[in-house]
Amino acid sequence: MFPNNPLLEPFLIIIAKVILIPVIVLNLIPLLIWMERKVSAYIQDRRGPNRANILGVRLAGMILNFADVVKLLTKEEFFPTGANRFYFVLAPGLVFFIYVITTAIIPFADVLKIGEFTMSFQVADLNVGVLYLFSMASLAVYGVMLAGWSSNNKYSLLGGLRASSQMISYEITMGLSIVTLFMMSGSVSLNDIIHYQSENPLYWNMIQQPLAFILFLIATFAETNRNPFDLPEGESELVAGYHVEYSSMKFALFFMGEYAAIIVASSVLAALFLGGWQVPFLSTQALIDNAVFFLNVIGKVFGVVSILLGLVLMVQFRPGRYKDARDFEVLILGIPALAVGIFASYFFFTQGIYDMPDWAPPVFAASVQFVTFITKVILFCFFFIWVRWTLPRFRYDQLMSFGWKGMIPASLVNLFLVSARMMF
Amino acid sequence: MLFQFGNVLVFFLVGGGFVFVSLLLNYLLSPKVPTAEKLAPYECGEIPIEGAWTNFNIRFYIIALLFIIFDVEIAFMFPIATIFKEWVKSGSGLLILGEVAVFVLILLLGLAYAWVKGDLEWATKMEFKDKVSGKDIVPGASKVG
Repeated sequence: MFPNNPLLEPFLIIIAKVILIPVIVLNLIPLLIWMERKVSAYIQDRRGPNRANILGVRLAGMILNFADVVKLLTKEEFFPTGANRFYFVLAPGLVFFIYVITTAIIPFADVLKIGEFTMSFQVADLNVGVLYLFSMASLAVYGVMLAGWSSNNKYSLLGGLRASSQMISYEITMGLSIVTLFMMSGSVSLNDIIHYQSENPLYWNMIQQPLAFILFLIATFAETNRNPFDLPEGESELVAGYHVEYSSMKFALFFMGEYAAIIVASSVLAALFLGGWQVPFLSTQALIDNAVFFLNVIGKVFGVVSILLGLVLMVQFRPGRYKDARDFEVLILGIPALAVGIFASYFFFTQGIYDMPDWAPPVFAASVQFVTFITKVILFCFFFIWVRWTLPRFRYDQLMSFGWKGMIPASLVNLFLVSARMMF
Repeated sequence: MLFQFGNVLVFFLVGGGFVFVSLLLNYLLSPKVPTAEKLAPYECGEIPIEGAWTNFNIRFYIIALLFIIFDVEIAFMFPIATIFKEWVKSGSGLLILGEVAVFVLILLLGLAYAWVKGDLEWATKMEFKDKVSGKDIVPGASKVG
């Protein structure tokens, strides 16, 4: 539908994409861990992490992630007695590897077209898109299962069994609920599905197919082993489930794998149901045509917000509050913010940008779409965290009967309702 | 399209490389001071009895078997769903819908059989009734499951 000659993409661009896209995903993981800590803290009426700092800069607890990395890298690694060493090391690597490679088909923006040159913002624009995603994501069961089996620990074995049983049960619902989307858009490529949804929020699949959306959302919670479906690692009964024997970087790989899974699930949810990179009410063409206007508006808003942010930070300067480097955090962050803000507002309010080279408008449109997509992904990530710290956990028999007796019949009903609607 | 799969292969190498490097760094940086207590399987402080690979519930197998059947169903539906629109346009939508309906119905019969046989129940029904009076010995316990 959208011709994209792959041979036009120079080899360097492919290498850049292959390096950059994992970097984007890997950088979202610390952000998500920080979000989890802060959101859980504020839901439970506490402050969350706010001590770790570099030269007084704490970034509201974000620096704690650096401390975590150093700690996890230098912790002792050990193999429990009787563990199968090969699978014990393979399992966490497999879990993390699989969630990283599923990001290959996620489109971060529309296909960039500058004259003859085209470039797609995904590693591989596969025509089997979602099928690739499913085949890869379901391999994560192997990692969990191997971890549970190879640890030579009863808690691990039970956790691994529970996890694999739960993941395969909800995978059926996950697959069946989005069959209807392929019917409507006539393609399994994520980019085609996003194009089909168009820029009008009323035509996004979330509004068009609410039942499929709810079923898919619940199934992704079960697939990523998040609350209310976190029975595999239910700490009140199995301590930590399949990763109870893991330490140091091998534990970190499981930990990061969980968050990578949330990022993948959120981006798939955003792409399939929330219009992906589509900016509400603004198509790619509209963005390119009005690039000059939007760029100036964004510049002015950025300047004013940055000045306000700098002032708010600087007003909070109290010498002798902590009696160490943390006192100066508000100044270290506030003065540059104020300076950038004054410069940006001066530039955009007096001069502004009025003539652009040919390549600039498409690049501007692509970056706006990229930011929109990341915003939608982070919204879904926030939803995952919000649910985890609000809802209690299911009982295992409730989980299984809900999956097999509720979700699967509901997704089949949805399938036949949608096909009947398309026929008549 | 083959070229795109080449990209995926390069992506595999990058992902695998990241995992390998992080595990290698950990191997080089971490201290190794093993003791017998440290290496014992963790059971909340108890000394573990027997190995970990014991018997477990047969229902996990049944769920896996049911899953395979339904996963085949999904693999069968994906291509049909993709061309369903074109078939509706050419007027033979009812035929394809009927075919899928028959296929799903056969599988649903299997699910219904497992359901009726009680293979989808995880907790078996417990009877805590007094044999003479028929009253619950533990109030509410017979409702479990």
